[in-house]
Amino acid sequence: METLKNIGKALFPFAVIAGGMAALTGRDLLNPYWVQIFQLACVVAVSALGLNLIYGFTGLFSLGHAAFFGVGAYTSALVMKMYVGAYGDEAFLPSQAAFLGSLAAGGGAAALLACLVGLPTLRLTSDYLGIATLGFGVIMKVLFDNADSVLPQLGGARGMTGIVKMTSVPWVALFLVAAVIIVRNLVHSSYGRALISIREDEIAASTMGIDTFRYKVLGFTAGCAFAGVAGGLYAHLYTFLHPSNFDFFKSFDVLMIVVLGGLGNMSGTLVASFGWIFLLEGLRVALPPEYIELRWVAIPLLLIATMLLRPQGLFGFREFPFLRSKVYR
Amino acid sequence: MILEVKALTRHFGGVRALDGVDFHLDRGELVGIIGPNGSGKTTLFNVVTGIYRPDHGTVALEGEGIAGWPPHEITRRGIVRTFQNIRLFRDLTVMDNVRVAHHPHVKYPLVSALCRTPAFYREERQVRKEVESFLEIFSLQDRRKELARNLPYGDQRKLEIARALASRPKILLLDEPAAGMNPSEVGKLMEFILRIRERFSLTVMLIEHQMRLVMGICERLIVMDFGQVIARGLPSEIQRDPRVVEAYLGEEVPHEFGP
Repeated sequence: METLKNIGKALFPFAVIAGGMAALTGRDLLNPYWVQIFQLACVVAVSALGLNLIYGFTGLFSLGHAAFFGVGAYTSALVMKMYVGAYGDEAFLPSQAAFLGSLAAGGGAAALLACLVGLPTLRLTSDYLGIATLGFGVIMKVLFDNADSVLPQLGGARGMTGIVKMTSVPWVALFLVAAVIIVRNLVHSSYGRALISIREDEIAASTMGIDTFRYKVLGFTAGCAFAGVAGGLYAHLYTFLHPSNFDFFKSFDVLMIVVLGGLGNMSGTLVASFGWIFLLEGLRVALPPEYIELRWVAIPLLLIATMLLRPQGLFGFREFPFLRSKVYR
Repeated sequence: MILEVKALTRHFGGVRALDGVDFHLDRGELVGIIGPNGSGKTTLFNVVTGIYRPDHGTVALEGEGIAGWPPHEITRRGIVRTFQNIRLFRDLTVMDNVRVAHHPHVKYPLVSALCRTPAFYREERQVRKEVESFLEIFSLQDRRKELARNLPYGDQRKLEIARALASRPKILLLDEPAAGMNPSEVGKLMEFILRIRERFSLTVMLIEHQMRLVMGICERLIVMDFGQVIARGLPSEIQRDPRVVEAYLGEEVPHEFGP
């Protein structure tokens, strides 16, 4: 009974987002440009939820989130390209299924690499993971830049083109809702409490019988898988991938979203993701063209103001009602 | 004999923090460790609970060698501890602090948590009930939704013990449980330790500097100095032991320096 109710509760926000956007665009209330920005915000939110799981909940400092995002983007784009090359993208259902498969491949590739980076470094304290992921990000950028010498389809420094546009509002809504539910259900379970206890005090967690290494690997891998899936959605949203979209500075963007929203706060991450993307794009419209680069002054100022006024993030300890745990309140 | 420690040694660079420590605990005992600062008492706890690996020596819990095991495995086998400088999960509620201790016994798989299957709800409800009744023993039930960081100091100490006991240990190691408490609080703590030992049929070992507590409730004492056990015995014997007096107060001054 409860399971059925939960499925209903999960489908409801998905239907609201997808239906609402369809209604708005159908009546020309929203032009395709803003629909695309909305989709980007959803993609970024999925990725940021992943980083919040890593940094906000498990307390692991990662500086390579954009690299995992990129791995997911390239992997997914490549898989989808191979499918289209073999079967074409005409048939609706098979191509959508292939898209889902390519997203899974993107998430899986990111998770696999996260495991490889995490296994040696997560035995040490969190600082080492920061350094290792920073290095990983730089290495991946170089690899993306030179990928065409191994696989010409990846495009290397010229960028990867010819990706089919597959990402749509229902797809991003589906993954955003799924990501929110997964993170919420994880965090409010015994497994999530194990992750949070590592953030709070790793030694105390280990003396409470928690295999801290195992859960650090779990948290890190899961968070990076989110980034990988988000990367796949991104690739099929803009249909063009360039290595500069996945460099070190992009990792900082996600980090800022997570910190602005509040570490270990899901509501904050959601609001900050949408706020961040819409502010960037809104300023692009609001500012005269010659001042458009002032956006990069406005955003840091906003960050400084937030850190001074609300160091605990936008929401602090509070969550939207649907993100609270009703099991034990 | 529930715990047997033999020739336990641990170096930090050139410092021998533990230098061939031997001791044992019988089931149900309450044993105190005393010794001057830096004599290796806390290091002993850290090695026994797996936070540090020993360089040499053995630790046997009910006959099974556990020296060098990771801390979570040792906790699962039944040795759990508290810390000198309280290590609570400060941003978690009182209830969640205790609930973390249930994790080694969790029965539903991760997938079940993500999909919130009936098994998840059943176990979580049961755990909540257990934790609530548990907090009542410690009279913390009214504070169960408060963050651990906001508790008064005495309650934080209590919560740390509650959390330790929630993992259902056989042996409880307390590292300076009375630190920072006033005499009336120490009196309550003494009663409390005796009560939980009875109720959870525990073996308790504690490090303490407050002689009133040590002499009042410990059945046996172990005295450490420079990483070695220098004396052991009944509290009344230890008080008169010249080696102990020397470790605490220094050697007697030769007479030629006197008046």
